[in-house]
Order: sequence, then structure tokens, then C-alpha cells
Amino acid sequence: MNNIQEFLKIVSKNSIYIVLALLIIGITIVSPNFLSVANIINLFTTESLKGLLALGVAFCILSKGIDLSVGSIVALSAVVSASLIQDPSYSAQLFPGLDMPISIGVPVSVFAGVIAGTAFGVINGYLIAFTKIPPFIATLGSMVVARGLAMLYTNAYPVPMLKPEFKSIGQGAIFGIPNLLLILIVFAFIAWFLLNQTQFGKNVYAIGGNEVAAKVAGVKIKKNLVFIYTWSAFCAAVAGVLLASRTGSGIATLGVAYELDAIAAATIGGVSHSGGVGRIGGVIAGILILGVVNNGLLLLGVSPYIQQIVKGSIIVSAVVFDMRKHAKAA
Amino acid sequence: MSQYILEMVDVVKIFPGVKAVRGVTLKVKPGTVHGLMGENGAGKSTLMKCLIGIYEMTAGKIILNGNEVQIKDTISALSLGISMIHQELNVVTERSVAENIWLGREPLKNGFMVDHKKMKRNTLDLLKRLHMDINPDETMRNLTVAKTQMVEIAKAVSFNADIVIMDEPTSALTTTETQQLFRIIENLKKKGVTIIYISHKMDEIFQICDEITVLRDGEHVRSDSASNLNINKLISLMVGRELTEMFPKIDCEIGEPILKVENLSSGKDFSNISFELNRGEILGLAGLVGSGRTEIVETIFGLRPKTEGRVYINGEEVDIRGPYDALENGIALLTEDRKKTGIIPVLSVKDNTVISNLKRYVEGITLNHKKIKLDTEEYIKKLNVKTADLETAIQNLSGGNQQKVLVARALLTAPDILIVDEPTRGIDVGAKAEIHSLITKLAAQGKGVIMISSEMPEVLGMSDRILTMHEGKMTGIIDRHDANQEVVMKYISDGYKNKEENNE
Repeated sequence: MNNIQEFLKIVSKNSIYIVLALLIIGITIVSPNFLSVANIINLFTTESLKGLLALGVAFCILSKGIDLSVGSIVALSAVVSASLIQDPSYSAQLFPGLDMPISIGVPVSVFAGVIAGTAFGVINGYLIAFTKIPPFIATLGSMVVARGLAMLYTNAYPVPMLKPEFKSIGQGAIFGIPNLLLILIVFAFIAWFLLNQTQFGKNVYAIGGNEVAAKVAGVKIKKNLVFIYTWSAFCAAVAGVLLASRTGSGIATLGVAYELDAIAAATIGGVSHSGGVGRIGGVIAGILILGVVNNGLLLLGVSPYIQQIVKGSIIVSAVVFDMRKHAKAA
Repeated sequence: MSQYILEMVDVVKIFPGVKAVRGVTLKVKPGTVHGLMGENGAGKSTLMKCLIGIYEMTAGKIILNGNEVQIKDTISALSLGISMIHQELNVVTERSVAENIWLGREPLKNGFMVDHKKMKRNTLDLLKRLHMDINPDETMRNLTVAKTQMVEIAKAVSFNADIVIMDEPTSALTTTETQQLFRIIENLKKKGVTIIYISHKMDEIFQICDEITVLRDGEHVRSDSASNLNINKLISLMVGRELTEMFPKIDCEIGEPILKVENLSSGKDFSNISFELNRGEILGLAGLVGSGRTEIVETIFGLRPKTEGRVYINGEEVDIRGPYDALENGIALLTEDRKKTGIIPVLSVKDNTVISNLKRYVEGITLNHKKIKLDTEEYIKKLNVKTADLETAIQNLSGGNQQKVLVARALLTAPDILIVDEPTRGIDVGAKAEIHSLITKLAAQGKGVIMISSEMPEVLGMSDRILTMHEGKMTGIIDRHDANQEVVMKYISDGYKNKEENNE
């Protein structure tokens, strides 16, 4: 009796991983190609950039907020970074004649891209912390502004022909493992570390769980909110630079609607929009579930439109299921 | 025909891992006020929630007027004439009294338009019948807690309920308001309505109840007529032991002044407050709700800006701009509203315990989890918190145990000055005595304690000196030896009575 109860408890606690495992088994049975090394690597690389965004946005959701600006930040960081590392042989270079040596050019362009995007997170954080406007509104504004800036900066033209050394960051691999995947793993570890091992992480959970009580308990709400949104934008900015590097060009329309995929992944992974509940393991599982579904349906030759319908249904069912689970526990 | 209007027989309710109610039988006679008593976690609320269909019983029967009934949800409970007034009032604050009473069953004209005239007329009739002086058009937000409570009662009655359950209806009411509520209850009783009354206030129970049922640890202990019981008997039935002393005040040496407040003011809330708090002293802060007592401690703690005045700690002036600064200066606050400003419901007992003290566990950039666990374990044990384990979410604990966790949170910061605002509101007698003894021990260790309480026996029993407040002004500081109920009452209600009459 006790053993069964204990077992059910473990199942319920880890249901997200079980769902993921069942999905993988199911798709493999129908399409054995799914488990091929090439396909798995492809799946991870496709999802890794959105995964980065999800790792950032998860912090905002945990603190009972949201970050809608990350998709636009991807674009802004991508074009800023790309503009500094174009091959001078390209006739329509954004900064004609700009040709930094590789050892300086690559770090400078990466750094500039990351800074440009992260700055938006700092602004988001200050807006939310000091004007007290809802995060939804603050980041909705930044989403539009960042996209506008990216357009303005490039005049809406693509910024292509990037130097191969820059492209190798996003396209390369170490021992057959794509760099993008490695970076995702590193960021997942950092996110886990921040949430579980640092004071900052405990504060994020407390703010999401009950902001007023956290304030009374001595948590510095404003400082932490600025950190949270800065971290989210930082993840997006890194994703933007990587996207430019991977695709070999910076375009102001990159990353459109990425924020929705990121929010979806975190949500499926059990991060509660009521704040204070969620784990990084869940977020990663959420990313993988979306990825496996996308990839699986593609292998099965299902129309991309149907894929969207499936994705939407998964998001809603995941939350319904999660709320049921918590309602029972209460 | 049965002599009981309601019989709940051998009710069992099991939650995953917890047997909250273990075979309770409750029999209620028609037209009586039936007190349901027990410590927090005894199963009172769970039993009542089974009765009105919020929870489904695991086993047991509900018999209404001699017929067994199935209650699946609150709607079927209401249709059977059972309604409940919850401890946390559920009102739509931005809508009017009438709209709240008829919410979801507004009278219609032409089949789909709300008939506002009829709604108002019905409301006036209803309020008049219950002798309630409330304007049906008033927005709920503008009503006092007492009037809001009355609207909820009117709503319950408007369902033509035969049985009305009241869960701690007086926990936010003043004495006058409570008496008004009791007149309404008497009135309902005359009309043949049966009332099940849950409260922690003993004197109320004996004033209003005809019969009393006591639960302990989910089990039925005794049902009897109120005249066969008294306060001491009732308490020992509830806790299963005799409580020797309710206010175990230790007389200890009063030391140096630790906190000095000079001409403190905050906008319209209060002005010109000056007092000193000494080491080893418990300073009671007495006043009616709205007298500014909570606002004073919130200002000292930095939750509210001060518009004037100075605060000194150990003789040095301090500038406290937020709770963080207050904690840094050795002040800890246990707030009045446990749910809103105290617990972080979804987080674990452990996280809730250490949240104010995290800084002290930081080593390099990481937290020392081992030390966090050890400290939490120590305090959970010291304060006798009942919890399955440290990882349990605090929302699953009873009110008294939640309060003890918050006390642990405050103590863990090793404060020199401890401010407690209504430290025992809504918690059971056992936990109450434990918290009282803890507060007095802390004072004995040389800390300064400021205690706000609406309960006169608590203020009188615990304080060395009592600072009295009336409408934002300090009216006196009374020494323990000169204090009694009449004196304190006089100081805190000076002029209050006249105003109350004007309002009526």
C-alpha cells in the first residue's frame, strides 16, 4: 500500500519526464529514424536557441512576471553583432570598409551584440521595479521598441556575408556535439545554479510566491527584479548573436514570435504563472517536448499547420493537467 | 421525524497522506446555535466543507430532516438550504451591496435584462427584515469589515437557508460590532434558522451557543449543552490536557533603553508618537482597529514613510527606509496579516523559515544548504511546529503552525527588537500559550518586544507597560500595576462612543 502510494507520488512529481519518455518511445515506434544520431543532433540544434530564451523567461515567470521582449532582443543582438563582422568584400556593408582583425573583431561583435540586447533587460527591470507597471506592459513596449531599433539600425536590409570565423561559433561542433547544444547545456547549468544555489534564486521564488511577504521579510524586491529581467535579456542576447552566427547573417525580422515558444516551453515544463513554482529540469523537458513533437510530426510528414494545432493543444493540456495535480494536493 | 435537522454520521475525509476527519458524528437540533470547537487542524473546517459540498466525503452519511441526502457541490448544498459564511469574506469589492447579494441570480426583466429596481427592492426588504442598516447602492469597498460581514449573512439568508454555517465571523470585529452580530444571530434563531458557529473565542461561544460539539485531531470528543460546560472544561476537551497558565509572564529585569521614538508621524495615520522601549520589556500597544497602532510599527519597520520624527536604536539615530534596513538594525516584525504579508504559501517550510536570513548563509556565491537545514530543524523543533517534513509547502500547515514558522523566521535573524502584531490571531489555544511563553522568554533574554493585540486579556497579561492609542494620537502609557480592563478601555475609546452613535 505504502509502496504504491510512494510510487504514485514519484510518478506525479516527475510526470513531465514520463510524458517526454512516452513521446520519444511512441515516435520511435512509428518512425525508427527518429532515434538516429543525426536526427537527435538536428533536433537539439533547432531547439537550443529557443531553449536559451526559455531559460531566461522562466525566471520572469517564476517571479510572477513575463518577458515578451526576448524575441525582438534576439533580432537586435543579431543585427548589431552581424554589422561589426561583415566581410569587407561585400558591396553593401553596413559600415563600409569596416574590417577588424579576427582576434579583435569576433570578440567585439559578440560583446556588442550581447550588450545591446542585455541593455533592454536592464531597462525592463528598472521600468518594472520603479514605475510598478505590470511586466506584461513593460516588456510589450520593449518588444516593439527593440524590433523598431533593429529595423532602424539596418534600414530593414539583411546584414549578410559574415566572416567565417564568426560563423564557426554557431555552426561548429566539438567532438561531434554542436556548439549550440554545448552552450545550451552550460546555460541550463548556470540557470539551475542561480536558482538553487544562490540567494538570488531563493529571492526569485519568494517574490513570485508572495511579493509583499518577501518585501516584509527583507528581500530587496527592486534589485532582484532588475537582475531577473537582465538575466532574461542576457539569455536572449546570447541567442541572437548565435543565431546571426549560425545563419551567417543578421536580419531585423529574426526571432519573431520566439518569445511565445519560450513561454510555452517554460509553461509546459511546469513553471507556474501564479509564481513561485517551477524547476529548470522541467523547463528543459518542456523545450524537448516541443522539439520532439515538432521533429516527430515532421518525420511523419504531417502538415506544418497541423503541427501548430498540436502545439497549441499541448500547451493548454499541460497547464490543465498541472493545475489538476496541484488542486488535488491542496 | 427526527428531532435533528441535520445529522452527519461517521464522516471520514482522507486527503492524500492525511486523515483529516476520522469518523465524526455531528447532530444539530433545529433553531439552535451549535458551536463547533477544536484547535486548528482538528477538522472543523474540513467537516463543514464536506457539508457544503466543497469536499467530497470519503465515507459517511448526511441526513437532513430525517432523509439521507447527497451533496455533490455548493449548488446542491444551497438548494438543500445549507449555506456558509467563510472566514475569508468573498465579495466583489467594486460592485454594490445589492449586486453582491444577488450575484449570479439577478432578477431579470424581459428574460435577459437585469431588473435593477427589483433587485434594490428585494435588497431593502431583506436588510430590513434582518435589522441591518446598510445602503443597497453602497460599493462594497466602502463598507467596514463588520458591515461586509453582515452583507454576507444577508446573502446567506437570501438563499432561504435553514442552516447557516459561520466560520470565525468575529475575528475582525470590534466588541460593539460583535454584539451587533449576536443580535442578528438571535434574530435568525427566532425565525427558525439553525446556525453552526465556529470560533476560537471562548466567551463568545458561551454567550451565543446552545450546544457545543468538540473535535480533536479529526475525532469527535464530546457534544453537550453549553450549560453543562465552562471555559476550562472546554479548553481541556479541545487540547486534551489542562492548560495551567495562559499568560506565563516572567518578571525580569528591565534594562537599558534600546529603542527610542521621538515625535513620529506618518501623514494622517498618526502623529506625534514618542516612547522608549527597554531591554527585557514587553510594551503593549493597545487601540481599536484604525487607531494607528499597526501603522506605527509599519513606519518603524520602514514599510510606510515617516513624515516627521526620529527613531534611535541604542542611542543612535537610524534611517530605516525599508524592511531590509530594519532587519539590518536588529528589528524583526511579525505582521498582522499572516496570509497577505507573512507566509509565502507555495514555498517550503524551510524556505519560509530562512528567507529573512539568507544573507548569513551565503558562502562565496553559494548558499550553505547544510547549515540552512540544521538551523531550520533546530527552530522547528524548538517552536514545536507540526509538519510532515521541512520540504512541505507552508500552505499545507494549520494557521497556528504557520504562525510558528513566521516566529522562527523572525527569531533566526537574532533581533534585538521584536515587534509582534496580533501574534495569536486566529490560532488555537495550545499554540497561543506556546507563543505567549516564547515572547516572554525572549524579553527575559534582554530583547525589547512591542506587542499589538486586540485581545484585552493578552495585552493585560503580557505587557510591562501599555501604550494606548486613539484615532492616531497617543493617549497614555500605563504601567502594568496600574492597568486593568476598565482603565485601558477608557484610554483607547475616549470619544469613540460619541462618534459611534453619530454613525448609527
